[in-house]
Amino acid sequence: FLVGLGQGWGCVRGLLIDYTGTEPSSPCNKCLNVSWDSTPPCTCTINFTLEHAFESNVFMYYGLSNFYQNHRRYVKSRDDSQLNGDNSSLLNPSKECEPYRTNEDKPIAPCGAIANSMFNDTLELYRIDNDTRTPITLIKKGIAWWTDKNVKFRNPTGDGNNLTALFQGTTKPVNWPKPVYMLDSEPDNNGFINEDFIVWMRTAALPTFRKLYRLIERKNNFQPTLQAGKYSLDIAYNYPVHSFDGRKRMILSTISWMGGKNPFLGIAYITVGSICFFLGVVLLFIHHKYGNRNTSADIPN
Amino acid sequence: MGFLICLKHIYPGYFLSVVVIRVLSFQSSVFAFRAKFRCLAHGIIWLSASISVISSYPISFEMKYTFWNFVPKNLFEQFRRIANFYFLIIFLVQLIIDTPTSPVTSGLPLLFVITVTAIKQGYEDWLRHKADNAINHCPVHFIQHGKLVRKQSQKLRVGDIVMVKENETFPCDLIFLSSSRGDGTCFVTTTGLDGESSQKTYYAVQDTKAFHNEQEIDALHATIECEQPQPDLYKPLGSENLLLRGATLKNTEKIFGVAIYTGMETKMALNYQSKSQKRSAVEKSMNVFLVVYLGILVSKAVINTVLKYAWQSDPFRDEPWYNQKTEPEKKRNLFLQAFTDFLAFMVLFNYIIPVSMYVTVEMQKFLGSYFLAWDEEMFDEGTGEGPLVNTSDLNEELGQIEYVFTDKTGTLTENNMEFVECCIEGHVYIPHVICNVSSLMSLTHGPQNREELFFRALCLCHTVQVKDDDSVDGLEKDEVPRKPCVYISSSPDEVALVEGIQRLGYTFLRLKENYMEILNRENNIEKFELLEVFSFDSVRRRMSVIVRSPTGDIFLFCKGADSSIFPRVKEGKIDQVRSRVQRNAVEGLRTLCVAYKKLSAEEYSDVQELLQGAKLALQERDKKLAEVYEQIETDFILLGATAVEDRLQEKAADTIEALQKAGIKVWVLTGDKMETAAATCYACKLFRRNTQILELTTKKIEEQSLHDVLFDLNKTVIRQNGSLTRDTFSGLSADTQDYGLIIDGAALSLIMKPRYDGSSGNYREIFLNICRNCTAVLCCRMAPLQKAQIVKLIKLSKERPITLAIGDGANDVSMILEAHVGIGVIGKEGRQAARNSDYAIPKFKHLKKMLLVHGHFYYIRISELVQYFFYKNVCFIFPQFLYQFFCGFSQQTLYDTAYLTLYNISFTSLPILLYSLMEQHVSPETLKREPSLDVAKNALLRWHAFVYWTFLGVFDAVVFFFGAYFLLNNTVVTSNGQIFGNWTFGTVVFTVLVFTVTFKLAIDTHYWTWINHFVIWGSLVFYIVFSLLWGGITWPFLNYQRMYYVFMQMLSSGPAWLGIILLITVSLLPDVLKKVLCRELWPTATERIQVNNLFHCEVRHFLYYKCLIT
Repeated sequence: FLVGLGQGWGCVRGLLIDYTGTEPSSPCNKCLNVSWDSTPPCTCTINFTLEHAFESNVFMYYGLSNFYQNHRRYVKSRDDSQLNGDNSSLLNPSKECEPYRTNEDKPIAPCGAIANSMFNDTLELYRIDNDTRTPITLIKKGIAWWTDKNVKFRNPTGDGNNLTALFQGTTKPVNWPKPVYMLDSEPDNNGFINEDFIVWMRTAALPTFRKLYRLIERKNNFQPTLQAGKYSLDIAYNYPVHSFDGRKRMILSTISWMGGKNPFLGIAYITVGSICFFLGVVLLFIHHKYGNRNTSADIPN
Repeated sequence: MGFLICLKHIYPGYFLSVVVIRVLSFQSSVFAFRAKFRCLAHGIIWLSASISVISSYPISFEMKYTFWNFVPKNLFEQFRRIANFYFLIIFLVQLIIDTPTSPVTSGLPLLFVITVTAIKQGYEDWLRHKADNAINHCPVHFIQHGKLVRKQSQKLRVGDIVMVKENETFPCDLIFLSSSRGDGTCFVTTTGLDGESSQKTYYAVQDTKAFHNEQEIDALHATIECEQPQPDLYKPLGSENLLLRGATLKNTEKIFGVAIYTGMETKMALNYQSKSQKRSAVEKSMNVFLVVYLGILVSKAVINTVLKYAWQSDPFRDEPWYNQKTEPEKKRNLFLQAFTDFLAFMVLFNYIIPVSMYVTVEMQKFLGSYFLAWDEEMFDEGTGEGPLVNTSDLNEELGQIEYVFTDKTGTLTENNMEFVECCIEGHVYIPHVICNVSSLMSLTHGPQNREELFFRALCLCHTVQVKDDDSVDGLEKDEVPRKPCVYISSSPDEVALVEGIQRLGYTFLRLKENYMEILNRENNIEKFELLEVFSFDSVRRRMSVIVRSPTGDIFLFCKGADSSIFPRVKEGKIDQVRSRVQRNAVEGLRTLCVAYKKLSAEEYSDVQELLQGAKLALQERDKKLAEVYEQIETDFILLGATAVEDRLQEKAADTIEALQKAGIKVWVLTGDKMETAAATCYACKLFRRNTQILELTTKKIEEQSLHDVLFDLNKTVIRQNGSLTRDTFSGLSADTQDYGLIIDGAALSLIMKPRYDGSSGNYREIFLNICRNCTAVLCCRMAPLQKAQIVKLIKLSKERPITLAIGDGANDVSMILEAHVGIGVIGKEGRQAARNSDYAIPKFKHLKKMLLVHGHFYYIRISELVQYFFYKNVCFIFPQFLYQFFCGFSQQTLYDTAYLTLYNISFTSLPILLYSLMEQHVSPETLKREPSLDVAKNALLRWHAFVYWTFLGVFDAVVFFFGAYFLLNNTVVTSNGQIFGNWTFGTVVFTVLVFTVTFKLAIDTHYWTWINHFVIWGSLVFYIVFSLLWGGITWPFLNYQRMYYVFMQMLSSGPAWLGIILLITVSLLPDVLKKVLCRELWPTATERIQVNNLFHCEVRHFLYYKCLIT
């Protein structure tokens, strides 16, 4: 079983690129003190090399650290009924959203600190092959829980499907460059059911976390998803983390049936298993040595 | 003697014909009724002011509530409990300030607790109401304006004249004015009061006994002085005019009486109140633990608050751009903010002190007590009664007993007296041997005259009554003279004597119109006129009658303890009788001596005069009467002695042996004389043949000074016990010398007497030291109060042992009330003891099972319950504490509100409740065979046990939290690459928590029944089903949907499953390891027995299979 576990994670490949840009040598250093409203966005490019090919589907994550998504004030700063498409909550968001509830007397949709601070860096991946940059297709659907996308999050309902009209009377979150109904061009990924948004809205348990950003699907059986070789990561650097000592990362990972790389479980199982075995031997010994004494001592009773 | 209280208030409205004036007095002034009963001038109506007004309220026993005030008053009562108040405060804090958990999380459990308690109390109060109403509304006949009026008893006022008919119960304490019987007497049974079924005769007040009808009574104007209401049932019982509420009128058509104490002031009501609250040692340690946890809670909150502000000192942490505060928050005063944060942390961690523990403990005690009451082994076929549980608060205390104080008569012995023999002038008569008269005659050589006098004396000198169901055909009985009569008496000795004499040929037929009828051997009826009865009292220890024989001679017959008869005897074969008496006493028989003297007519008239003078005395009548008795009861001629056997209760010896084996010290406290008591002690194996008896008796003290005796004894004991002290529990071991101490009442009072000089040290300490080193102690010649004194002495000695007192009679009540646990034997001497006890059992032998099995189990159960409750809440809350370090001390909860609320109420409540009801860590048979000592001195709730459980809880909590942390931090645990959020994290921790905590209990459970399986696995299933449901739909009434599909998503992840299994294993590992190691290396007695049982079981199986094979 343990071997199986090991094998489960054995073929898991992973790559982590920190693109915060705190080191002066980093290409993204110039963007370090970027603010929300900088237009055009600061962009930077980081080149990297894959030593081994990523055979199966690749999952692209962004990771933040020192970001307290689990702060109480932050966790509760949302309105689930608004996000579920409730029209009255849309125009009158919950008090929990304060101070991100209204802006200039207009209700914010989506309200709250979580929505307001949605991650808005854009990451693009290119394969560099003899100086030609081939973009790699990043799939942006399927990154959120199915139930979230289809049940928990819903756009407001009304006449027609024009999101702009449905969100009439609301205003965009303060930090957002554009309103919620312009998050994506595709109608089934726009508004509250935008998957990037849904992923962000699931608050992380710990201050260092990662969130699923894109999927890279394997095209055919003859070619690995990502071949070994040179790649470049283009970043539209919008999200400021320097002010709170945060870090931003891009993670590429393949996943086995047991999920991503998780050394803890394997190590823990091996450790606990050996401890149990060792204790078993010791106890057997003790039992042999002392066990008889006890029973025999008691028989006269 | 006293003074009249306030005579200034003229009572409005009512026309009162009799005025009652209370006299404050510290002696029994009840005897003064007759003399003070003076007619007042017409028109002057006085009433004692304050007291009477109070006493005119209707009867109610602790009736707390009315329909209207129930809710506010009950709530007030409940919130006076410190725990409830604490939870209320937490709830209010949650309502007022912005806290991490919704008020529901603490409000719902609190509401549950309050409701359950309110329903219970309401129900009990309703029952009381019903009982009270039954009493308050029962009709009573009043005399008003010379007419008979029927009214409800609650309208009864002090001074009202009441008529009571035959077989009715007195509605209040009455002064007996007149009776339908011509002689101004009435017969009363006090079965309802103290259980004595014999009829007692009461006498009407002399001045009023002529008033026979309503009109006459109404014309009466008088003043009564009486004392303040007192609970003492027995002191005023001596008063022959006072009819007590609760007693029943018998054999009398009707009586008139004036109410002097009504409602709550009646003796009966005062007696109900006098019980004080007893608290068990477990409850005390529970409260200490609570305080410790409160300390932990506060320190946790303080630590977190301090850390929070240290951490937040960087502004980018306090208020990063993505998480701004609201305007009011920004403006708030820093200290106010910090205080609010402190309160919020308190709220977050408040679950560490579980609300539900109180309910569970209450329920455990309440339901658990039924196991005692239902025990078939403790059901007595003979009386058809099982054990009674009067309080369930002390269940676990039964397993903690270190000292048992037992009464002798009726408790150790049957109190079923049997006449064994009599000795007339040195000749022994044994009724069992003599079946016919002729053989008796052949045996006897003594003077015929003395013998006949002896038998007549026994027939006449008693207060036995014949139960006359058909008193009319009394004369027809003569044809069937041998028909056994049923005798009733308050003293079983007397019945035994009268019955014994019947077998020797003399039958007491009845007492009719002051003539005692005796059927002699020749089947002739002899009629003796009963002139005087000097009734028995425990100071004189004798009783006498003066009768006039058919021939006209006047005899005084006296019967009493040897010590009180011999000094008064002037002739007779004293030496022979004395030696016989002593022989009998050593054999454990109860002996009485009989003597007589003949009075001439002049002597009798002198006696009459003396008596009359004493009886009419206004003050100190008791004392004067005693003096007269002393004067009259002299110059006896000794007739002989009787011996009555009081057989040991079945298995009394076995029980005492088992108790001693369990390390319980058994003391016998009795009013009996030393020889008899010592014989009983030998018979019931309290003393063994090799026990060295130390005597601390009056006789010995007379020889030496108390000081010397004490020091000598102390030296003897100490010499041996230098090595013995550690071994006191195993007092049975052959190599150490057993000591038994005998002490009598007089010596005890000398020891207890406070010493003012203080020169020669404290006798009490020395005495205690001697007692401590004796395996058995016998205290004889004890007055009831001295019994209580002894119990108190031991109770308050420096080890603070847990004491138990067991007795059956009214004289044991004081010690039963004094001891930690009081047990009444439902005995022959009435129910007084059983009613005042905490538990009542039918027989002494049931004590063994009660203490060694039930008490042991109760203790094991409740201690596990308490420890487990704290453990599971540490497991529950400590991860929350750890989580604060990872969420910026923002009081973010780890678990969802539903989990927070239901954890203690439903996910983990039933298994422990069931465990605490059902657990039997070894079988009851084993416990009886080998009384285990593991629980002595509150062993399972000592600090080391508490610390162990707490650390286990902390360890488990650390495992849960960091296990989940490493499992979920920065990793992907799903196969589709999707990420879990904070609620999944909490759910993983919570799932591990629920499973671990339940499995821990399963590991501790030794006694599995289907219901255990059902509840334990059922709880886990319930948790899963609930979680599936809770996350399964979007709940419309919630304003958040944070748990939506969280649980299902978690279940869909392989690593989560693996992680949960791993974490449960790791959390349980240390406890299992500790158990196995301790069992192997340092097994406790319990564990050895468990292993042994298993071993025997295996052997049995092995043999069984061997049989099958061959």
